[in-house]
Amino acid sequence: MNLAAEVNENLAHYSNVLIYSAMAVYTLAFLAHIAEWVFGSRSAVGRTAAAITADAEAAQRAKVTVRVGGQGGGTAVLDRPKIVTRSAAGSRDVPDGPGAAGGTEQGDVYGRIAVGLTVLAFLFHAAGVLFRALSVRRAPWGNMYEFSTTFAMVAVATYLVLLALKKNVRWIGLPLVTTVLLDLGLAVSVLYTASDQLVPALHSYWLWIHVSCAIVSGASLYIGAVATLLYLFRDRYEAQLENPEGKQFGRFAKSVLQRVPSAASLDKFAYRINATIFPLWTFTIIAGAIWAEAAWGRYWGWDPKEVWSFITWVAYACYLHARATAGWKGRKAAYLALIAFGCYLFNYYGVNIFITGKHSYAGV
Amino acid sequence: MSTTDTDTAAGKEAGTPPEGGATAEERELGAAGSQLSTAPAEEINVPSLGPLGWARWFWRQLTSMRVALLLLLLLTLATIPGSLVPQTSIDQLKVQDFQERHPTLTPIYEKLQLFHVYSSVWFSAIYLLLFISLIGCIVPRTWQFIGQLRGRPPVAPRRLTRLPAYTTWRSEAEPERVLEAARKTLKGRRFRVDASGDAVAAEKGYLREVGNLLFHTALIVLLVSFAAGQLWKTEGSSLITEGGGFSNSLTQYDDIKTGQLFNSDDLAPFGFQLDRFTATYERSGPQMRTPRTFRADVTYWDGADGASHKTSIKVNEPLEIAGYKVFLLNHGYSPVVTIRDGQGNVVHKGPVVGLPIDGANLTESMVIKVPDYRDKNGKKDQIGFQGQFLPTWVRSQGMFSVFPALDNPTLVLTAYHGSLGVDGGTPQSVYQLDKSRMKQFLEPDGKTKFARALKVGDTMKLPNGAGTLSFDGVKEWASFQISHKPGDQGALIGAVAALVGLAGSLFIQRRRVWVRAVTGDDGTTVVEMAGLGRSEYAKLPEELADLAVRLQADAPPAPEAEPDPEPDDPADPAEGARA
Ligand code: HEM
Repeated sequence: MNLAAEVNENLAHYSNVLIYSAMAVYTLAFLAHIAEWVFGSRSAVGRTAAAITADAEAAQRAKVTVRVGGQGGGTAVLDRPKIVTRSAAGSRDVPDGPGAAGGTEQGDVYGRIAVGLTVLAFLFHAAGVLFRALSVRRAPWGNMYEFSTTFAMVAVATYLVLLALKKNVRWIGLPLVTTVLLDLGLAVSVLYTASDQLVPALHSYWLWIHVSCAIVSGASLYIGAVATLLYLFRDRYEAQLENPEGKQFGRFAKSVLQRVPSAASLDKFAYRINATIFPLWTFTIIAGAIWAEAAWGRYWGWDPKEVWSFITWVAYACYLHARATAGWKGRKAAYLALIAFGCYLFNYYGVNIFITGKHSYAGV
Repeated sequence: MSTTDTDTAAGKEAGTPPEGGATAEERELGAAGSQLSTAPAEEINVPSLGPLGWARWFWRQLTSMRVALLLLLLLTLATIPGSLVPQTSIDQLKVQDFQERHPTLTPIYEKLQLFHVYSSVWFSAIYLLLFISLIGCIVPRTWQFIGQLRGRPPVAPRRLTRLPAYTTWRSEAEPERVLEAARKTLKGRRFRVDASGDAVAAEKGYLREVGNLLFHTALIVLLVSFAAGQLWKTEGSSLITEGGGFSNSLTQYDDIKTGQLFNSDDLAPFGFQLDRFTATYERSGPQMRTPRTFRADVTYWDGADGASHKTSIKVNEPLEIAGYKVFLLNHGYSPVVTIRDGQGNVVHKGPVVGLPIDGANLTESMVIKVPDYRDKNGKKDQIGFQGQFLPTWVRSQGMFSVFPALDNPTLVLTAYHGSLGVDGGTPQSVYQLDKSRMKQFLEPDGKTKFARALKVGDTMKLPNGAGTLSFDGVKEWASFQISHKPGDQGALIGAVAALVGLAGSLFIQRRRVWVRAVTGDDGTTVVEMAGLGRSEYAKLPEELADLAVRLQADAPPAPEAEPDPEPDDPADPAEGARA
């Protein structure tokens, strides 16, 4: 074996070590998030206080002072006008929950630690993916192991970017880290494939375009799906608040649900993600069709992978239509969104593992 | 106010049941909130009488959002079976295998057209209905949108406080000046502006609607292009051994599928010759045997200029020529043999194509038929050879190749004589030997069946001086798909338009802003601003604040009277709940 090949094996080995390290740190982040939720559940007082401060803060934000050019050429300092908002008629007006920490200081500290650990784990994770790519000198997306590790990496990256943009997304930390651990666990155990070259059909720059778009779409849609699922629970919870006589959630579920954002916020968050990603997913399919034409001589051959990409696409179109159709807004649209994401998942795991088609790069 | 807006708004207030198309917001705000998109209103009134009434009702139903949604859902469901049941259009062999294993299911599946879902009657019905619905949706929406463009933004509602975003302040500036400034500010921000009475109305984001209409129209363009491609396509394959060639005429295809409107005169004159085929494989590791390169070096000529050029065709790099594409599909080996009969005459010389029988290692089953043959005594006879070709033979591993490259090429053959059955006129597969009227050669002991394993350069002698077969070498064959689909250009344009339209439709927000300025009780001017957008538009308050800041340059807030931030409708608990 020549020297270059040996170097490559070393790189592949480093990659594995890095992925295992990332998993260890994600586990710590997971525990820190659990601590955050546990401490957050302790203080009901802190929670209400937090809700109030959150409101006050928001009001403060609306009143920032801005400088504008005055008529006389000088500069006048004006108060930014306060905007009174009113949600759409017919919707509940429940404020967002205070977050996992529930306004407790200890919970908040653990939450911050969890985010810090997630960042660290992400760095290991990204380095692991990068080393894998270096070891094979190609995009690290040739088989399901590589696909899964990149998928989880992009999901975490999306979350961290949203956090950095100061979006209210810390509540997603625990479910995200949990599923990232599951995904990586599956990747290193069941799906593991030693680093190697690609079959000729995958040698194309379309690999970069098509597969990277598919991964970014899937990772983002995943976050949208988590928000949708939480929306369904939170919506039920808010309905129960309005109707205290009816059936109620247990104490544990209540304690969790009162701390997440309001149903309206979750719904909007999920919609924005899904609506932003829909064009990207559309492009993914078009790019795939162009690649298929170059590789196999036809744009579209109803290969199982193509069928399920199409189903996923139509399902998300259903969801978008449902939101524009009276009587289908809200929960029904949310169910459609979950079904649509289910189709994405099936396309990934189900089709790769159970159905053989031309896209048999699964390597399992 | 535009007539369109008046009509629709009036219509909604008069007759639409509560669960109809108008949102709660639209009902509450009347004309001002109506038609923030051109989504069709949903009516579920049952027609009163007459076939015309019913037809109109049916058409309305078909083109409503609700039915579009149902059809889309149906399309989702209808697409699934094709991924679970093997499809003839994809893999004929798999279908046969399935049919053999499920004798009871097969007739039911055949009735349901489950072996060709995507060309089945029911699948076509769903997508055709969807596209009729789509056309029936686009056309009226386009008219409506043009009406909205010609009209003016709806006038300010009486109570601006009811809108989702609202602000107010008092100013020393005169109402007329404030309104004029508002007009300028909004115009400067590229709103469409209309002043009437004591208020200015403005609207922005019409491109959202354009994008949406473009997207839906592009879907139709896509479908039409696919249909055109299907009707005029040609798609065939041809297997060529190194040194052999192809020229574009019907007879040169091993099999060809053409669209219903295709005419054989349409075949463009071009051709190519396969000079050399190269394949390499992974030699070690878990992916051993996986192909690493496939390359076909060819010389091609285009009838238009006649000159010949050299190029290579790879898996992802088809040859594009005269509107056709030539794709590399598959490859295998052709052993080159020379066969002499009992008289010593050469009766066959050249490559023989085998049928691959194991995927990864390229073991091929071989059949060679020699119909024109004379034995030792000059008597007419026919001879058939049957056996296998193994690119890499390892004696201990049996009669299957262990690696796809030519590491130890071996041709293992036995031979028969008698009647090949080719004279009867019934077509026969070249890959199969009909042995019903043939006798296998035996070794001199008279019992053991005759068989030989040949290396390149070896010659085998048939018993009793019945002739010889020499294994001269091995050539590669490659199979190509040669296809021509005229709708491709349209499909690409449609796809790009769909993407652009979709981006416009989802990323551009349509919103309205009103500014009202009236003289208040204390003689100062009360300025009110309000904004309305779709509920997903989160930036509305921010945008309204920006606009207010700009407007305050011309209508500075009066310093002594702090504007009352609370809206003048204390009965509504929703107000002020969220900042
Ligand atoms: C071929 C199937 C169709 C697909 C894939 C499709 C896809 C889409 C998508 C992705 C959107 C999202 C844009 C947005 O949310 O603003 C949309 C919006 C819309 N579609 Fe379709 N559509 C189809 C058929 C139809 C049909 C048949 C109708 C007519 C009834 C229709 C009417 C609409 C309308 C009115 C909107 C805008 C909704 C709004 O403004 O909120 N679509 N469509």
